This record gives sequence, C-alpha cells and structure tokens, in this order.
Amino acid sequence: MFGRLTWDAIPFHEPIPLITSLVVLIAVGAITFWVWRKGWWPYLWNEYITSTDHKKIGIMYIVMALVMLVRGFADAIMMRAQQSLAIGSSQGYLPPEHYNQIFSAHGTIMIFFVAMPFIIGFMNFVVPLQLGVRDVAFPTLNNVSFWLNASGALLINLSLFIGEFARTGWLGFPPLSEKAFSPGVGVDYYLVALQISGVGTVLTGVNFVTTILKIRAPGMSYLRMPVFCWTALASNLLIIAAFPVLTVVLAELMLDRYLGFHFFTNDGGGNSMLYMNLIWVWGHPEVYILVLPAFGIYSEVASTFSGKPLFGYRSMVFATLAICLISFMVWLHHFFTMGAGGDINAVFGIASMIIGIPTGVKIYNWLFTMYGGRVRFTVPVYYLIGFMLTFVIGGLTGVLLAIPPVDFVVHNSLFLVAHFHQVIIGGVVFALMAGYTYWFPKAFGFTLDERIGKWIFWCWFIGFHLAFMPLYVLGFWGATRRMQHIPDPTWAPWLHVAFVGAAIIGLGIALTVVQLLYSIRTRDQHRDVTGDPWDGRTLEWLTLSPPPHYNFAVLPDVHGEEAYWVRKQTAIKQDQLIEEPDYQPIEMPLNTPTGVIVAFFAAVCGFALIWYIWWLAILGLVGAFGIFVWYAWRDEHEHIIPVEEVRANARERRRIRMEHLHNLSQST
Amino acid sequence: MKRIAIAAAVSLLTAACNRGILDPVGPIGAQEKQILINSTAIMLAIIIPTMIATVAFAWWFRRGNAKATYRPDWEYSGAIEMVVWAIPALTILLLGGITWIASHDLDPAKPLKSNVPPLKVEVVSLDWKWLFIYPDQGIATVNQLVIPAGTPVQFRLTSATVWNSFFVPQMGTMIYTMPRMTTRLNLQADRQGEYNGLSSHFSGDGFPGMQFKVQALPADQFAMWAQGARGQGVPLDGRGYAELSKPSSYVKPITYGAVAPGLFDAIVSGRAPANPVPPPLHNPPAPPAGA
Repeated sequence: MFGRLTWDAIPFHEPIPLITSLVVLIAVGAITFWVWRKGWWPYLWNEYITSTDHKKIGIMYIVMALVMLVRGFADAIMMRAQQSLAIGSSQGYLPPEHYNQIFSAHGTIMIFFVAMPFIIGFMNFVVPLQLGVRDVAFPTLNNVSFWLNASGALLINLSLFIGEFARTGWLGFPPLSEKAFSPGVGVDYYLVALQISGVGTVLTGVNFVTTILKIRAPGMSYLRMPVFCWTALASNLLIIAAFPVLTVVLAELMLDRYLGFHFFTNDGGGNSMLYMNLIWVWGHPEVYILVLPAFGIYSEVASTFSGKPLFGYRSMVFATLAICLISFMVWLHHFFTMGAGGDINAVFGIASMIIGIPTGVKIYNWLFTMYGGRVRFTVPVYYLIGFMLTFVIGGLTGVLLAIPPVDFVVHNSLFLVAHFHQVIIGGVVFALMAGYTYWFPKAFGFTLDERIGKWIFWCWFIGFHLAFMPLYVLGFWGATRRMQHIPDPTWAPWLHVAFVGAAIIGLGIALTVVQLLYSIRTRDQHRDVTGDPWDGRTLEWLTLSPPPHYNFAVLPDVHGEEAYWVRKQTAIKQDQLIEEPDYQPIEMPLNTPTGVIVAFFAAVCGFALIWYIWWLAILGLVGAFGIFVWYAWRDEHEHIIPVEEVRANARERRRIRMEHLHNLSQST
Repeated sequence: MKRIAIAAAVSLLTAACNRGILDPVGPIGAQEKQILINSTAIMLAIIIPTMIATVAFAWWFRRGNAKATYRPDWEYSGAIEMVVWAIPALTILLLGGITWIASHDLDPAKPLKSNVPPLKVEVVSLDWKWLFIYPDQGIATVNQLVIPAGTPVQFRLTSATVWNSFFVPQMGTMIYTMPRMTTRLNLQADRQGEYNGLSSHFSGDGFPGMQFKVQALPADQFAMWAQGARGQGVPLDGRGYAELSKPSSYVKPITYGAVAPGLFDAIVSGRAPANPVPPPLHNPPAPPAGA
C-alpha cells in the first residue's frame, strides 16, 4: 500500500533532523494559522497564488528564493562548523551519512531553488515592464512554471522529515548514485525534485523567449531593448537548449534506478563517463543562465546611478551573445582529469578562456559607464563595485582552472570551491541583492532602508572574503572538497577563519530580514510616489509603483535607446507630458488555480515515485494531466478592464508624473 | 585565548613545511607550479590596474565632486572599444598559447623522459582505500605507495567501485580512477621523503579516510624493500582480494608478499570477485589519534 514508506523513514533517533523538522513544522503551522486569523487567505489566493500577473509571479519566485536561501545557508554553516571541528582525532558532530546529505542539499538548493528562482523572479518582474508590454506571452503557463518549481522545492525539504536526501553531491554522479551504491530514497528525492522543477524552468524559457522575440512595445526594436532584456533573452535561450539535456540525463539515471537499465552502471555495458559529459553539457551553460541576467542587472544599475547611458551598448549586446554561444562549447573543462589527452584538453581549455574576453569587455564597459558620470553611492552601486572587485579575481582563478595542467593539481579542491563561490556570490548573489534593492520600490511603492542595506553589503563582502580566501590557500595545500573529516590539523586556523566568514554572511542574511521588517514599519517615510525613485532610464520607471495589473494604460511608443529617459527629458524640456492618448478597454488574463493544482498533483506523483507507491503515482499523474485538459476546455480566458477605469487611473498617473517632472524641470 | 593564539601560530609555521602543490617534489609538479605562477602574474598585470581604476573612477566621478566633468551623453568611443576588446583578447592569446603547449607536454599519459627505466604500478581504488600492485615485483600494498626517488613511475589506474581520483599533491597531476576503465599517469619524485596522497573525487561515506602515504626512497633502498616484501605475509589471491574489497575506511597500510597474476586486468574487465554492495556505514572507524 505505501511502498517503501514506513515509520522508519521519520528520523526519530536523529536529534538534528528531528528538531529541525519540528521547528519548521511549527513555524509553517504558526504562519498558516496567523494568516488565517488575519483573514488574509482570500487575498493571498486571489492576488498571488492564482495570479497570472507577471509581477506577482516574480514576487512569489523571489520570496521562495529568499526562504530557500535560509535553508541553503543553514546547510552551509553546518558544513563549515563540521570542518572546523572534525580535525585530526576529532570526528565533529556530523556523521558522514548526515554530512554528505548536507553538502549535497546545499549545492542543489542554492543553484536550483535560490539562484534560479531569484533570477527568474527578476526576469518575470522586470522584462515585460522594460519591454513596455502588459504581460508575458503565456501568463497561465507562467503561473504553472512557478508552482512546478515550488513543488520541487517542497520535495527537497520534505526529504529532511521523511527519509533522507542524496549523499552524492549536487550533480549526483553515477555509479555512486546508482542503486548498487545508493539504495536509499535520497537520490530519488534529488532526481524527482529536479525533474519536476526542471519542467517548470523549461516552460519559463519558452515563455520568455517568445515574449522577448514577439511582444514588445511599438518601436522597441531589438537594438533598443534594455541590456537586462538582452541578457534575459540569452539566458532563456540557454535554458531552452540546456535544460532538456538535464531532463534526459536525469531520466536515464531514473531508468537505471527504477527499471534496471544500464546507462551508467558498472556492469551491463553502462558508461558513467556519459553522465559526466551530459550533466556538464547542461551544467556549464547553467552558470551562464545565472550570471548573464546578473550582468544585465549590473548594467542597469551602472547606467542609472551614473546618470549616463551604458557605455558601449552594442558591444555589450554582442558580448552577451558571444558568451551565450561559447558557453555551450566548454563543458569538458569540468573533467580535464579524466585523461582525454592533450588535444581535447587544450581545445576545451582555450575555448573556456575565450569566454573571458567578452566578460572582460563587460567589466571595462561598466567601468567606462561610470567614467564621466555622477555616481550616486546607493546600495546597488556598492554591490556593483563590490562585484567588479570580486569578480575579476574569480575570473583569474577561473582562467587558471581552464589551463589543464593547472587544473590537474587544483581540480575538485577547495581552490575550486572558492572559485565558483567567488563567481556565484561575487557575480550572481551581489547582483540579486542589488536588483532586490533597485526594483523593490517598483514592486511595493517604498524603498528599502538604505543604512541597513549598506550593513548587509558589508556583511556579504567581508563575510565572503573571510569565508573563501582561506579555501584558496587550503586548495594549494592539497585540500580536497566534500571532506567530512579533515586529516591535517595544520589546516585548522584557516577553516576557523572560513567559519567566521560564513557566520558574517549569516549576519547579513539575518539583517536582510530585519531590513525588510524595518522598511515595512517605516514605509511612510520611504514612499515612492513618483514611480521613478532612482531617476531611471528604462520603461519600468514610467509607470507607477506598484504598477497596475496592466502595467501601461497605453503601450509606450519607443523612440531610440533608453525609451523612458528620452521621453522624460523631452517632457522636462517642454514642461509637459505627451498628448493624452485615446484610452481603450484592456483585456487581461483571468486568474487561474491551474498552476497550484497541477503542481499539487505533480508533487503527489513525485512523492509516490520516490517511495514506490505506484497507485498514488498514477493518481498524481492523471490528476496533473486532467487539470490541464480541464483548463484547455474553459471558455473564458480574459476579463476586460473598462475604459473608464483605465482612463481614471491613467489621468491620476499623469497628474502625479506631471508634478514630478515639473519639479525636475525646476531643479535643472 | 593566548594558548589558542600560540597554537594557531605554531600550526601555521609547521604547515609551511608541507605546502601541497606549492612545494613540488618532482618534474611534473614543478612545471605545473611554474605555469600556475606565470599565468597568475600575467593576469594580475591586467587585473590590478582594472581594480584600481574601478575604485578610482567610481570615487572621482561621485556625485558631489565638483571637479569631475559630467558628460551625461558620452556612451561610445571607438578607440576605447578597441582597447577594451584588445586587452583581454591579447591576454587570452598569450595564455592560450601556454595552454596548448603545456596541455601536450604535461599530458598525464605521456611517459617521462629519463635514463632510468620506469617503475610500473597498478592502482585500484576500493571502498575506501587504495590498492597498489607492483606487477614486476609481484607484490602489492594498501594505502602505502613506496617508490624509488628519481625514477619515473608509470601508473595504470582503475576503480573496483565508484569513481575516485588519485592525487599526490606534491608530485602533481591527479587523475580519475573509473570502474571498467583504465587511465594512465606518469609521475616522478626527485626528493626523498614521505608525502600525503588522497582521493580527490567524492566516493561515499568513507571518503575522508581514503588517505595514503607515498614514500620516496633511494633506488637501492626501494629494491631492498621490494625484495624483503616478496613472499612475506599474506598473498593477495582471489579470497584475499574479496576480503580487501569489503568497505572499510582509515585502513592502516598492508603489504602483500604475492599477488594473483593479472589481478588488475581482471578488475578492469569485471572478472575479479564482485565488489559487495557497501552497507550504510553508520559508525565509520575513527581515524587513529593524531592522524
């Protein structure tokens, strides 16, 4: 009846997971109850859970990413604590089977359920606004994508309470992840969660490529799109090309585990090198799926806060597309030590370095964007400069790793761990924090507290360097990654410094929560009444904060790059807005519970697969599919916003903007 | 507090004696260290000015600096574009050249040039220890690799379990050991001494206990050691191998005075006694005190 699922799956005898489970369950229960007592469920259901509004979906992605960041960080600090304690004759406080789950969960969660949803959240929130349109191409699909991602996150967290998580690292290399060596449910949790969320990610990719290619405001030609939209396009093209590979390679491993196939087994003609190749054919572009939109965020921040257009816009676009293309041709640099021979290693090594050229150009373009500007030292600019200083070192260590003979001695070492944290934290996380501060007022109508924002920056910046610079040193000393026990007592001081660094990052994360609560309490002092708090240059700053569901009463007419800046300057010069257009009623997609119900059945199906509860798996699959069919048959897809409402809102907006622009024209 | 500080200082000093890849003991490691340093220097020549410029530009062009010229429409300069594409391109051209040559020179499978005939060693990674077979000497060891200093060592490597990676940081190049496949590696230690070796590819619960020692002895002492080991102790036959391949970790060095002929090839082709499925290792053996 319940397959492999018995009471033994609950960790009654292991205090750490048991207490964590109880705390999480109580917290979730308390929040649910509190929301219910406040009577907020209908609001959440109507405004967020079933919303097809790209802005609301974007916010949900980012909330999920922030929650999962806490989980991923908890794993990180436990690892650092274990490595600070388990040195020489001490075994620390985590046995191997627990420690190995933690580092596997840390990587999986941080990449798939923190960085990805955070980035996709920004793309959701920003891209349609910057393109001057009302929504993405497929709004319902967008909601489904989010909830499928959330199902994946749910299953990963469930593994903490019921059963175990994978002990095979974040990429689950076979043969270790094969049934012969990992008979438990951990790898199945990993596979199923990633398969479900992967479907959501591919759908997102399809949705955004279609949106960017087909739906833009009149006059918004490709070379007038903001750089963030370009990077989002490149990133989503990579998603479409790379994620199916992940789906296939994980499906092959599932066939091995569930049906006794021999894709990657040691016997029966299986070949685990194939998995290594395929997973990195996805895995390397994945890095650029994350970092390209991050580059887009830095571009927006650099230009806005320097009060200048981005330096070398076309060169930036070209560099983005070059990275997009080359990132598919370098996957082998993740396993130079497989012994492929001089020719192959050299070709892939040099191809990897070539990515450094367009990336270097980007750094210089941001540099020259600041040159001749009036740089305002806001929180996003702190992150921009912190990024530029950190990322060039990450680039240096990256090029070192791309030289095969150097890789031969630092591959899989703590040097490697330090390198990719340097580019992911210094590159992606700093951008996420910059974007979070930058677009927060657009989403909620008030800015985040600046002073706490700077403290958070310093926590990340100092914490990062303390946590990871020692790992470079240890990597030189021959320290490899994923060690539950440290053999050499002389490494202790460096590991202790790394622990302190991680704790400082933890303080930064805690302060992020404090900043949010404090900013909400004091929001009346930080109101963004104009819709343009940073003197922006792209179309999202044209509309109010928060924007109405339909974003723009009339789609903006774009003349030239920097659509909003040109329009704003003309209005300031003439001291008047453009002529009032002829308002029309607006058709907007209806809310739909499709996403959340499909995701519920997908999660049920996934859970049943993990525990071999076959009848429930079939039920879940039929349920998920049935909902789609039901949705396809419904008659009404859209509702009409009457012209009176559009006109009234638009006139109010024009009054506010007129006042704002008048003030600006007075001040210049 | 003071004691901790002293302990930290002492351990930092002693650490300097074993600096991993920065203290190579053979030609491969030495060349790799040289490439590491050269490439870092080449890149730092570009990166340090860039970092200084980042801070300097941002600071000088801060809002409120009346001396800085505001050029609100300056967004393109052909000359600057050319320079910013040229700088990274030339750097990568140089590094790419180094990479092409070094990747071929330091190919792990390439035999080392030497007047001394090489020593052959067959390496098998097991759950979770290393088996070293000396086919010409007819002996085998576990977790202890004894080699003659100044002599090239030709390794053939495989795994009887999941993937691992054979790595002696002070000797240089690591390489994967993969089940049902053979990789090749050539290394040499010129300096006598004892060096740490490890698995540098995660392989399961007993992974951190997969450490081994390399002893580089003078050639004559190595010959004496091999002579003395032959015929001594237990032989590594089918039963011995089946026993050895049971999962265990933090295994103390073992020497086998005889080895079943063709054992390595039998392991590669899957004919050796099957490796039993490792049971979950709930209580791994603790590392010996002071390890």
